[in-house]
Amino acid sequence: MENRLRVLRATRAWSQADLAERLEVSRQSVNAIETGKYDPSLPLAFRIAELFELPIEDVFVSPSRRSSAAI
Amino acid sequence: MTRSLAWKRYNGRVIWLGLLYAAFLLPAVYGFKHGLVPGWAAYPVAVLPSLPIIGIFGALGRYLVEEQDEYVRMLMVRQILWASGFTLSIATVWGFLDNFRLVGHADGYWLIAVWFIGLGLGGLANRVTLGTPVRC
Repeated sequence: MENRLRVLRATRAWSQADLAERLEVSRQSVNAIETGKYDPSLPLAFRIAELFELPIEDVFVSPSRRSSAAI
Repeated sequence: MTRSLAWKRYNGRVIWLGLLYAAFLLPAVYGFKHGLVPGWAAYPVAVLPSLPIIGIFGALGRYLVEEQDEYVRMLMVRQILWASGFTLSIATVWGFLDNFRLVGHADGYWLIAVWFIGLGLGGLANRVTLGTPVRC
């Protein structure tokens, strides 16, 4: 699942380790989510969105909306 | 890579279980070898070394419950699936080869060693497909 995590992290000048610490997960988890290798659970996705004070759809791109946009 | 508290607890449990395994196995081997185990005690003494091994599987399950990082937990679940699939495949192939008398009969507990090799293979698979460090 595509997301804007890297961009959002950059706006706050946070490293992956900084974000991982704030989310209480490992840095490799942040890296996996950021690179789209892993889709977080709904609770973790909400935690990420709440950390950036954004609605969840402003952080994660819905796969169905993305495919319909491509059409 | 920093290890989670759950992983440290798992390692601690495995070390204790390993010590317990040695504590059960060595006297059992010595006792059976020198005919010191009375008939009534043979089954319990023979089974005792298997309990810490079963405990390691329990510790692994406990780790999955205690691990707070869902991605790291998912990686371990993938490793366990690899280990189980690998072990069942080896057991199936060996079973047929054994059935046709093409290989010698293997003691069942070797499957535990095969399972842990599978766990390592699962770690390698995680590394290849997801680029994560190998952990087993």
